[in-house]
Amino acid sequence: MYIIGKGITRKDAFEKVTGQAKYTADFETNEMLHARLVISPYAHALIKNIDMSEAEKIPGVRAVITGQNLPLTGEELQDRPPIATDRVRYQGEVISIVVADNPYLAEQGAQAVNVQYEPLPVVNSPSEALKPDAPLLHPKLGEYKKIQGVYPEPGTNIATRTKIRKGNWEKGCAESEVIVEEHFAFRPSDHAAMETRCSFAQIHPNGMIEISSSSQAPFMIKRLIGQYFGISTGKIRVNTPLVGGAYGGKASTQLEILAYIATKEVNGRLVKILNTREEDMLTSPGHIGLEARVKLGSTKEGLLKVAELTYLWDGGAYSDKSIDLSRAGAVDCTGPYHIENIWCDSLCMYTNHPYAAPFRGFSHSEVHFAFERTMDVLAQKLNIDPLELRNKNAILPGHTTPTQVLLNSSTVGNLPKCISKLKELINWQEGQIKDLGNHRVRAKGISCIWKTSTIDPNATSAVILIFNPDGSINLISGVIEIGTATKTILAQMLAERLKMDVNDIHVQMEVDTLSTPEHWKTVASRGTYMAGRAVLAAAEDIIRQLKNIASFILRAREDDLEVGYGKVYVRDDPKTSILIKDIAYGYTFPNGNTIGSQIIGRGNFVIRGMTYLDKETGAGRPGPEWTVGAEGVEIELDLRTYTYKVLKAVAVIDIGKVFNEKTAIGQVKGAMSMGLSFAARETFWFDDHGSVLNPQLRTYRPIRFGEHPKYVVAFVETPEIDAPYGGRGVGEHGLIGMPAALANSLSTALSVNVNYLPLIPELLWKIKRGEK
Amino acid sequence: MLAGNIEYYQPSTVNEAVEQFFILKKENKLPMYYAGGTEILTLGRLNIIHPGAIIDIKAIKETLSHESYQEHFIFGASLPLTYIEEKNIFPLLTQTSMEIADHTARNKITIGGNVCGNIFYREAVLPFLLCDSTVVVAGKEGQKTHPIQDIFNKTFQFEEGQFLIQLLIEKKYLTLPFITIKKRQQWETGYPLITVACIKIENQLRFAFSGLCPFPFRSQKVETELNNTLLPKEERINHAIEQLPTPVLNDVEGSKEYRLFVLRNTLKEMIVEMEEKE
Amino acid sequence: MPNPSAKKISVSLNINGEMRQVEIRPIDTLLYVLRHHLSLTGAKPGCLNGDCGACSVMVNDNVYKSCIMLAIESVGSAITTVEGLKDSPIQNAFVKHFAFQCGYCTPGFIMNCQALLLKHPHPTYEVVKEWLSSNICRCTCYQEIEEAIFSVVEGRVGGTSE
Repeated sequence: MYIIGKGITRKDAFEKVTGQAKYTADFETNEMLHARLVISPYAHALIKNIDMSEAEKIPGVRAVITGQNLPLTGEELQDRPPIATDRVRYQGEVISIVVADNPYLAEQGAQAVNVQYEPLPVVNSPSEALKPDAPLLHPKLGEYKKIQGVYPEPGTNIATRTKIRKGNWEKGCAESEVIVEEHFAFRPSDHAAMETRCSFAQIHPNGMIEISSSSQAPFMIKRLIGQYFGISTGKIRVNTPLVGGAYGGKASTQLEILAYIATKEVNGRLVKILNTREEDMLTSPGHIGLEARVKLGSTKEGLLKVAELTYLWDGGAYSDKSIDLSRAGAVDCTGPYHIENIWCDSLCMYTNHPYAAPFRGFSHSEVHFAFERTMDVLAQKLNIDPLELRNKNAILPGHTTPTQVLLNSSTVGNLPKCISKLKELINWQEGQIKDLGNHRVRAKGISCIWKTSTIDPNATSAVILIFNPDGSINLISGVIEIGTATKTILAQMLAERLKMDVNDIHVQMEVDTLSTPEHWKTVASRGTYMAGRAVLAAAEDIIRQLKNIASFILRAREDDLEVGYGKVYVRDDPKTSILIKDIAYGYTFPNGNTIGSQIIGRGNFVIRGMTYLDKETGAGRPGPEWTVGAEGVEIELDLRTYTYKVLKAVAVIDIGKVFNEKTAIGQVKGAMSMGLSFAARETFWFDDHGSVLNPQLRTYRPIRFGEHPKYVVAFVETPEIDAPYGGRGVGEHGLIGMPAALANSLSTALSVNVNYLPLIPELLWKIKRGEK
Repeated sequence: MLAGNIEYYQPSTVNEAVEQFFILKKENKLPMYYAGGTEILTLGRLNIIHPGAIIDIKAIKETLSHESYQEHFIFGASLPLTYIEEKNIFPLLTQTSMEIADHTARNKITIGGNVCGNIFYREAVLPFLLCDSTVVVAGKEGQKTHPIQDIFNKTFQFEEGQFLIQLLIEKKYLTLPFITIKKRQQWETGYPLITVACIKIENQLRFAFSGLCPFPFRSQKVETELNNTLLPKEERINHAIEQLPTPVLNDVEGSKEYRLFVLRNTLKEMIVEMEEKE
Repeated sequence: MPNPSAKKISVSLNINGEMRQVEIRPIDTLLYVLRHHLSLTGAKPGCLNGDCGACSVMVNDNVYKSCIMLAIESVGSAITTVEGLKDSPIQNAFVKHFAFQCGYCTPGFIMNCQALLLKHPHPTYEVVKEWLSSNICRCTCYQEIEEAIFSVVEGRVGGTSE
């Protein structure tokens, strides 16, 4: 390989360390208006009255907006008013938008809006939501508009149900000699990206709506706002500069809708809305919660025969992306194992909690926490080494997934190889638990992982390459730079294909939907795969054009020519060549005659063979390939105080092919860190009224410097033949096994089943006392 | 960011500050004294407090003292916590302080601001409660000094318009054996589940607590039980817990029962260590 | 109801070696003035509550969270924002060690590291931990940042979390 695999400097590096990198909130103009939200302090209440008169009196307040006559919104099921009118269903729900000349006048206006509420009983968990006498959040559930594959159950709090019926459940039970069943629960939490969401919008005199937003999905904003408000998508232009952390949370369309509503109210003037941290946690969508029941049956030798699973997702007050999240949790409802008989019901439940956005791993860390904990319980009951149990049941080419996709050596990575590498890196032979004396123990916990990317079957990605007169190339892709360095990797791929200096590839970091070809959404670890294929297609396009023009000049057939090292040359006589820069803008003969002009390459890509899932069995092909891996955690715990430290965290991922070693390791470690933080300390704490008690970073506390363990990351490379250079998705996978591995290590250390998150010492103390 | 039209004053003497306070008060402007200001700015943006004017006391030289005076050492109210930590005249205070918020925030948080804060932990007051310190307060009637036990009951019992200028501690206390321990919900950042500071003087242990109740405190009754060396440690601790003020906190950081569990472990750890110290 | 007609005052701020005259409300935070009045957007709003460190800047070589400091409090002091650093070793170390991903927390981390290294050219791990735990990074695992800062401490190769 020429440059693939090397740890080259990120294309955005110097902008980012000098403070020159621009994020959405960094753009400001003198004529810009600023908006503040009025949000509900109640999780469930009727709105009796909204008095805006005091706010409207404040000089400099330009509009006080309420929610009458707005369409319902929601990505799969349209159940959400952008601004609540008669009822609020979660704390933080938007009641009004106040637009003013500057941020503090808008804030003064928001404080002056007086709202009267009548509190209603709340639904405070998904199991409460399922009770027959639970308050109904959406009495009109049956009337909402929806897309294909959404199955709401009117008269209940079930927004959709996904069923997996694989094999024969009864046969699986009959063949099972050993059965275990465990219950799990954790509350919703948050992404806590350091950049709070920000959007600004204006309507130009020609009717063009221009929105700038911190988003992973500018093209989706364009489509959804077009759809909700009946506007042709060509009339909507969305800009996304660099994004300050996303992790799935910025894949939802929410604040953009409010920015559009606001600009419409002030005759199209530019209006900016920047979330406060509190609004970013409450009002904008967060990380889904889950209650789960996992029942596994196996032979005495440990061969899995049946899995019976119930997942109740805490989708919050509105279904938006949680419908898709609950579906993804069904698609990979087990760990990465060969199980012939699977029964799963995955229910997206309405509760009076903040609603959900995708979260890095897209339901997989959540499901794996429940499933991989149960694998340890089974291993213990069988008296089999937990890593051996996993190895014995590892999914392999020739096996089928829960949605009955038959796997081959390209569509699934090599799990046994990951397991054996993990074994070595975590020093499994020395034993899972070690007594250090003085009431201290060291313990290890493991988890296997897998994930496919459940994306829309018609999701596309396209790329444009434009030559500069010096022979360098501008690479334009709709992938958002959310921190993953994907655009640096796209440049590496192009440099590899054209055998050119990566410094001669200029990447457009920002996305402007007016001039940037679409990349569906920057989610699902699909950037390098889809945009990578589009880059390679575009590279072929320019190679063809370069050869075409060079064949005249070099007097050779096009198929005798090669492109590379800044030149087009004759294959068997490389000295006969012409510099790319001399033909990139066409070629001028000595007499002035010119042939050709600026070369523009284009390429696009769509994943082949995706299907919707069958309503009754879940059968279908939801994603292109399954990345697999094995992860482990080592902790040291004080048996008297239940306090512990994470000493070491290990991940072995079958990445297919490493493109940029530094950024690949960075992605995996960063995801592991987020997974440990989620598992060990992150949660929303709710009171009895469904209010979040900790919507600030001083009470909602992500892991900090010095609390981090030692991270070890290793890769296995089993290429996926459809992917550019064989690479598999890797942006999320480090996270997936961390909650289960940490819970398994603590369960081992304490000889109890730790089935709840977050894994704080108080939880361990309560479980040990039999209180949980 | 605070939205309101809030006035700012920076007096250079104690008298000017107090006069300014009463002028603003008369104009109905809801004045507040301001030192580091971190709490005013954070609670103000959440509309929990509503100052109409702030009086920044950091230019008043008495509030910046950090020096010996006869038998005492003076800590000015406007000294940032990190300044006190770096000088490290009073190691118990240094160590207690280093557990508050985070290092960058402590460049701004002042000792006076922390001990007079609204947020109920006020951990920096613990060393002063343990060491019979003296509090210098400015107000309408000029400057006054009070033994801390006379003026601190859960919070400083200031009259309207009074503010803290200095905290004085007798030098003999600066080098006594001590331990200070902060236990959190998880790992090493965040508010306390409990913070306990302890010193040993004339073979007796003194204890002060934060995070256990919605106020910091030192209790003679608790100390009497904990110093009852005739009894085994567990029993002393049980008796001490019976003497705790109420309520014991039961909140997102931890339940009441768990806090008491942590308290037991922490006290035991401290007593073992302190009884060995000379 | 608050009085909406905020009285503005004119102040001179010494920022990155330049004197800048600005009209501000006395209650404006330094972060607000940097970003909204001076277009210095390197310091980022992350919480406006002193919790995350994304807005960290140096004032007289000490690091502060500019969201919990009034601009008026920095009058007469030398303010340094990330825009005031040019080709500093810590910036280059962040690039070399991939000590950022999305980059949003990076200016705050860099200013904190810069202030730390000014005060402690040879910090122990404990000192680095005490200082850098003031900031949140949500993308990296912190090991990269640890490697970056120790790489610029003379006579040390890499850091260690053990």
